[in-house]
Amino acid sequence: MSQHFLDQFLFVALPYVCLFTFFLMTVYRYRMQSFSYSSLSSQFLENKHHFWAVVPFHYGILVVTAGHMIAFLIPRTILAWNSHPLRLYVLEVSALAFGLLTLVGLIGVVVRRFSNTKIKNVTTPTDWILFVMLLLQTISGISVALFHPWGSAWFASNLSPYLWSIFKLNPDVSYVAAMPHLVKFHIVLAFLTIGFFPFTRLVHVLVIPNPYLWRKPQVVRWYGRRG
Amino acid sequence: MNVRSQVSMVFHLDKCIGCHTCSVACKNIWTDRKGAEYMWFNNVETKPGTGYPTKWEDQEKYKGGWESNGNGKLDIKSTSRTKIIPNIFHNPHMPSMDDYYEPWTYDYQNLFNAPEGSDQPTAEPISMIDGEKIDVQSGPNWDDDLGGSPIYAENDPNLEGLTEQQKLQLSSVERLVFFYLPRICNHCLNPCCVASCPSGALYKRGEDGIVLIDQKKCRAWRSCVAACPYKKTYFNWFTGKSEKCLLCFPRLETGQAPACFHSCVGRIRYLGVLLYDADRIEEIAKLPDDELVEGHRSMILDPFDPEVIANAKRSGISDGVIESAQRSPVYQFVVKWKIALPPHIEYRTLPMLFYVPPMSPVQASKPEDTIHHASEDLFHDIDASRVPMKFFANLFGAGHEGVVRYALRKQKAVRWHRRAETVGDVDRATADRMLHEANCTREEAEEIYKLTSLCTFEDRFVIPPMHREQAIEMMKEPHEHRTETGFGFVGGPQRGL
Ligand code: HEM
Ligand code: SF4
Ligand code: SF4
Repeated sequence: MSQHFLDQFLFVALPYVCLFTFFLMTVYRYRMQSFSYSSLSSQFLENKHHFWAVVPFHYGILVVTAGHMIAFLIPRTILAWNSHPLRLYVLEVSALAFGLLTLVGLIGVVVRRFSNTKIKNVTTPTDWILFVMLLLQTISGISVALFHPWGSAWFASNLSPYLWSIFKLNPDVSYVAAMPHLVKFHIVLAFLTIGFFPFTRLVHVLVIPNPYLWRKPQVVRWYGRRG
Repeated sequence: MNVRSQVSMVFHLDKCIGCHTCSVACKNIWTDRKGAEYMWFNNVETKPGTGYPTKWEDQEKYKGGWESNGNGKLDIKSTSRTKIIPNIFHNPHMPSMDDYYEPWTYDYQNLFNAPEGSDQPTAEPISMIDGEKIDVQSGPNWDDDLGGSPIYAENDPNLEGLTEQQKLQLSSVERLVFFYLPRICNHCLNPCCVASCPSGALYKRGEDGIVLIDQKKCRAWRSCVAACPYKKTYFNWFTGKSEKCLLCFPRLETGQAPACFHSCVGRIRYLGVLLYDADRIEEIAKLPDDELVEGHRSMILDPFDPEVIANAKRSGISDGVIESAQRSPVYQFVVKWKIALPPHIEYRTLPMLFYVPPMSPVQASKPEDTIHHASEDLFHDIDASRVPMKFFANLFGAGHEGVVRYALRKQKAVRWHRRAETVGDVDRATADRMLHEANCTREEAEEIYKLTSLCTFEDRFVIPPMHREQAIEMMKEPHEHRTETGFGFVGGPQRGL
């Protein structure tokens, strides 16, 4: 019985609290504190190891996050793709590779911040907490890939419906209740990270520049006359 | 014709005494803050020298400015549109603190707190970034007055293309020469910084052409820092926002000259409006190197021409601004007399700060014990100047000597003319011949002399009417406006969480 309550708490209450915080606080912060939306680059203070930390981390995390999103949004396509074993292997191996790339980059990010007093000086407690969360998340993700393989298949068939049930406001924990502990840990930490997101530097992900490729090179602002 | 107005500038290098008052005035107002300690929106360099950041003119290293991409278009050298996507996480051409200097202060507390000992306590230099002790290796003016020095002067990127003899002429001790180059943002017509910003945070103000960074839109992608060939956008390492010279727009809007202009001891700075044809920006920016200076000048419109005035009015430029453009000292120096030139126009950003190149002493050599001057003339032949024409050409003429020689000749002719007028040891006929050779009349020489030597505040700074409060009232119901002011910026500009 207590297991049931725990599941309800971790996979229904917590996700809603985190998602609610995420939406409310990102909007609130954007409207009230838009100055604080910044990638807070540290390249200026340390430019030698910067590339080897930040670049692998971002390429890794972006591909991995995109993978999760795709499996969430179009699970059937993924299942169809996986119907062929070779294609399943290719997908799993590349997902693992990008996971490892993320880990290597992230370790680089943390070591770089730890070893250089200048960047350490601009690293806040929030940053450290975030790095620990991201590290745990990446490590648990890689472990899931290693110990509970074919995640690309069971994510699409079991977790995607669970996530959809959350978004449809009709939560159904039966899908996750049967998951191994490692996977549960990964899911809970994911929601916690989402809830913590608006209070961290991660908000830079929301302000990635999009109109740049289309806009005219020169930007002119008129005070009154024209638009 | 698409007429726009631009607050433009002239720095008369012949008058700069290298006192750095301008830099300090600016620093005290704008960059005396955490994260901005290393920034000098205004800095003064010794030339020949490596400048700040070190060797900023070396675009092989910094990749600033525009380059032709081969099919008739200009691309940003550092990160063109397509190149920014894979490079947004790590900008390959971003200068780092090592290229500027690490700001420091002194551990004054030690003077009070040091334990009793046999030596006097000292205040050791400590970094303003992390508070650690540092061994100071460079500063914003480390090469100040070190023209002729092997590590600084010899590495000036403008020495390219000079003969060995000319280089020697610049660096051997008894024949040493140097001059000062004060620099601020040029508020360019084709600014690379603006074009490079993925977030569109940088913009040019339509009415006066001042280039600014919207602090609320900047996301620290740092593209502008790499893209500006003059290295006049700076990254604030604390707030995670880029910053730049704002031409003291709050001062301009209240009718005062920018702080560096106002405080200039040598009175070398002039400010005024230029009208230009914005439709021609792209065409001019693409011209071959040797046509750039003249092309750029040809964009600037004659504020007395009735057609220009009619077009200006059609573009919404007010009578007050047009009238201000007619009195602009910058127009005189740049267009009428052609003695002020844009710096490094080959970067193709079309800078709107122009420099009057300085005169320099006559060449000299020291074959035996006495110094021998190449010319005994008081006002020597321009080509016998100690600073080789090629050096000026690299700085102000995209490598071409013609425009620089023209500017220097005219300055020399004005001196001969005034010498003939006041001292009388130069005969009038020679002075007139010099004027003629320099394409200058006596009247023009008088005007140049007056605006150079006898200029008052009002002559130097012709600030257009740009009172924003009034501009608002003209367009909006004041009552309506009042309710909107002050909303939006809740909480101070604090570093991201
Ligand atoms: C989609 C696009 C993204 C862009 C354009 C982007 C861009 C950037 C940039 C420019 C920086 C500053 C790097 C520096 O110069 O120090 C940065 C840092 C960072 N980003 Fe992203 N990012 C993106 C996505 C993400 C995602 C999805 C995550 C994680 C979930 C993430 C996590 C981080 C972290 C933790 C840092 C700090 C790294 C450090 O310590 O230097 N980013 N990002
Ligand atoms: S000098 Fe030109 S390119 Fe550089 S910051 Fe100023 S306007 Fe931008
Ligand atoms: S205050 Fe004027 S004279 Fe002094 S260094 Fe600056 S520009 Fe030159």
